[in-house]
This record gives sequence, structure tokens and C-alpha cells, in this order.
Amino acid sequence: MTAVTMDGVSRWFGNVVAVNDVTMTLEPGVTGLLGPNGAGKTTLLHMMAGFLSPSRGTVMVGDQPAWRNPAVYRHLGLVSEREAVHGFLTAGEFVLASARLHKLADPAAAAAAALDLVEMTEFKDRRIDTYSKGMRQRTRVAASLVHNPQVLLLDEPFNGMDPRQRMHMMELLHRLGGEGRTILFSSHILEEVEQLSGTVQVMVSGRLAASGDYREIRRLMSNRPHVFAVSSTDDRRLAVALMAQPSVAGVELAPTGLTVRASDYGGFTRSLPKIALKEGIRVSRLTPSDESLESVFSYLVEA
Amino acid sequence: MPINTTIAWMTARGLFGRRRFLLLLPLPVLLVALAVFARVTGINSGDWAQPVVNGLGFAVLLPVIALIVGTGVLGSEIDDGTIVHILTKPLSRAEIVWAKFLVASGVTALTAAIPLYVVGVLVESVRFGLGLAAAAAIGAVVYSAVFLLLSLLSRRPVLVGLLYVLIWEGLLGNLVSGTRVLSVEQYTLTYADKIAPTEYLTGNVSLTVSIIMSVIITVVCLGYAVLRLRSFTAASETS
Repeated sequence: MTAVTMDGVSRWFGNVVAVNDVTMTLEPGVTGLLGPNGAGKTTLLHMMAGFLSPSRGTVMVGDQPAWRNPAVYRHLGLVSEREAVHGFLTAGEFVLASARLHKLADPAAAAAAALDLVEMTEFKDRRIDTYSKGMRQRTRVAASLVHNPQVLLLDEPFNGMDPRQRMHMMELLHRLGGEGRTILFSSHILEEVEQLSGTVQVMVSGRLAASGDYREIRRLMSNRPHVFAVSSTDDRRLAVALMAQPSVAGVELAPTGLTVRASDYGGFTRSLPKIALKEGIRVSRLTPSDESLESVFSYLVEA
Repeated sequence: MPINTTIAWMTARGLFGRRRFLLLLPLPVLLVALAVFARVTGINSGDWAQPVVNGLGFAVLLPVIALIVGTGVLGSEIDDGTIVHILTKPLSRAEIVWAKFLVASGVTALTAAIPLYVVGVLVESVRFGLGLAAAAAIGAVVYSAVFLLLSLLSRRPVLVGLLYVLIWEGLLGNLVSGTRVLSVEQYTLTYADKIAPTEYLTGNVSLTVSIIMSVIITVVCLGYAVLRLRSFTAASETS
């Protein structure tokens, strides 16, 4: 069974440490690599895919080093973040060329099977530059899967996809993971892993901050207090009414409006309109103020 | 060494599929147009052959075409990131470099040799035309190796290549005789002169030096290109 292992891996660029002493093993199934932008996810993926040498430590695909070793690509597929495709080719030509470059015994059959897997068979004779983002992404996945690799690495595969395309791609990844492949995808958006039923590795500032079951991390996410900024026609009266709610942990009154700390995201957002209606108060502003990724991730790290 | 036809096919399609390809057209057209004009107006060959063949053909057309093609076969794929598709295959890096080099040499040789052959015929004879075409083809091979390597060494291979062609070959090659030993243009002139001797062209470098240097430059550039490609590092802006 081919697994990807990183042992004490660091990578620095000049004075900047991009990845700091990461040790992890990827098992078969779907793994999400999460972290805010600049956390070192891409650097990590590039090292796994043999496009960057580790400054320290070892990166192995199966029992072979990833760096300077084209042989690992027999077992590994990569879907890079940069949406680089030969737009002048059709999906059929592109995937077939990949199969030929892998020197497969029957490239045509392998290409057809890969296109079928990502449900692109019907569009395979159209030029890639006429495709939607999601179709292009699926074509690239097909090209990376054409040699039936044990390991598939995807860098931000959901970037720029609409929710439907995202769901489609997630289903595909699950199917592949269910077949016993090792699938790793990176993402900086927590919501993207909602349907994830595997393990999650969280990177923050180059370090592996958390790793484990997605449900555990989801629970931590939904239990964290949410901070909202609220303005209304009568802030003081609204504050009193809000304090009576079990979903509200605290309210701060300021001349510019209210700062509400909610312990239950759903409970609070559902009860606010009801209260406002009952009290005859008009709410003119409701903005979540701590939704920046950094705050979410740092919360995860502290927990 | 066999050629990987899939890489060659994709490289050729990439080359002709980009608008940059149109840049290859004006120079050959200009060269032939000048020769036709001179011939039609009956100007004495001795007056125009040297500036057209040497000044435009070998000093500008051949290196510029080689630069556009040589940096296009690999450099443009590095630029737009499509190189990753070829690199994530279990192929020896030599196989990749070799296929790209052959495509670059072939396209450059054809694009430069055909107009030079036409010009040679207009200047003097078919033999002179064939001599120019053969010299251009050999020059195309050496230039292609140089510019292919350049696209792996620099993020701005076209700029660096132009500096080499204009400053080193164009300016210094005429002023400082020592630089001629390291000038592909000079080897090409020597080949043309030896294959079809005329009064129009004179080689400044001996044939032996030209052959030895051509081989060394080609082999060293290709070998180093393979090494560079083996350690190809993806640019990670987001890191």
C-alpha cells in the first residue's frame, strides 16, 4: 500500500520558514489539508509531488523519495493550483496525451475510463478553453488519474467553483477515496470540507496545528463563540432583550452599536429577527466580525 | 535516441497554437522581399548580397527565429504552468529535453533555411542557396540548444537571448575579434563559406573551431538543461 510520509520536514526560502518540522502520514481515503493562505499548504504539496526539495527531513511516496525521482509519478497524480491547461486541445486529446506519456499499454482505453470517471465523456471533443471552471478542473483530474495512481494530490481544487461544481467534485473525491486511494486536497475555506468524511490536517504558519477526525474539528468550529456587530433603532432595549436569550453569551453597548457574543451561531441568527419584530426595533446592521480565517484557525489551534 | 512523439506533438501544437507564432513570419518575408526587389531592379549582387544575407539573414533572422522558437518550446510552458503536466510523468528528463530540442531545431531550421535558400538562388546560384540553407540549419541546432537552456535559467529568456544576439554577436562580434570564438553567428558564416565559397561571405573563425565549438555548445547546453529540469522547482507565490 503506497502512503505518503513526511518525517520532520521543514522548508525555508531565505529567511522565511514556509513549512516547519511537519511529520505526517497520509492514509488511504480522503484527507483535507486546511489552513489560511500563506500557511504553507502549497509548499507542503509541492514537496510531496517532487517539485520542491525539503530543506530538512524526508518526503517519501511509498518507499521512494519524492524529490528528483520521476518514477514516483507512476503512483502519484497531481492537480496543481494554477489552472494551467493546454486550452487548444480537447479533453479527449489532453487525457489521451497524458496516458501516452505514462506509456500505458492501452492509452485509449485508459483515457476513456478516466474521462468516464469524471463524467466528461460527453464533452470530450470540445476544446478545453470552451469549458466552465468545473469542467476544466474535472478534465485535469482525469488527466492525473489516467494511470490509476494510488495517490492523488489536489491543490485548492475547489477554488472558484460554484456550490454545485464543488459538490460534484467532492463526490468524485469521495468515490476515489472509497476505492482505497490516498486523496489529499488543500483548502483555505473551512466550509469546503463540510461534506468531508475523512481526516483533516490543519496547517497554521507553517506548522501542523491540528490533525484528526473532521467531526472533532467541526465540533470545535461550531462551539466557538461568534462575534457580531449589530446596529438598530434602539440598541439599549435590544441589548436587554438579547441578554435573555440562551444563545447569547454577552452584549457590549457602544455609541456605534452593539457587539454581541453568541455561543450558538444558528440559535442567535434565528432569534434576532423574532426579538426585533416583537420589540418593534428595526435592525439596520448585522455583521459577523470575527469571521476572518485567521481567527477561526487560531481558535482551532488554541483548542 | 528515439523521440517521444507525444511530447513533440504537444510542443508543436503549443508552438503553432499561440499567437506568438505569427512573429516568425515578418522576417523571412522581409528577407525574400528585399532580395526580390534588388534582383528586379537589377542592382549588382556584390552590392546587396552581403548586407542582406549576412546583415539580415544570419545576424538577425536566424538568431531571432531561433530565440522565439527555442524559448517557446519550454519557456512558455514554464510561464503558464502547463509544464507540470509533462513533468508529472515517469519520463526521464533527458527524454523531455530531447523532444523539445528536436522540435525547436526542426522548426527553426525550416523557417530560416527556406528564405535563405531563396535569397541564395537570387544572389547567385542554387549551390549558394543550398550552402546558405545548410549553414542555417546547423546554426538552428546550436542556437536551439542555447535558447532552450536559457528558458530554464532565466524567467526572462527572450530578453537575455536578445542581449546575447544584439550585444555579444552583433556589437562585440564586430568590434572585438576574441568574442567571435564564442559566437554562433560566426560559426554559421564559416559553414556557409566552406560549403559554397563566394566573394560575398567570409568566415572569421576556422572550420575546425566552428565544428568543435558547435558540438561543445550544443552538448553542454542540452546536458545542463536536463540537469536543470531534473531539479525543476515549482514557483509558489502563496507558499
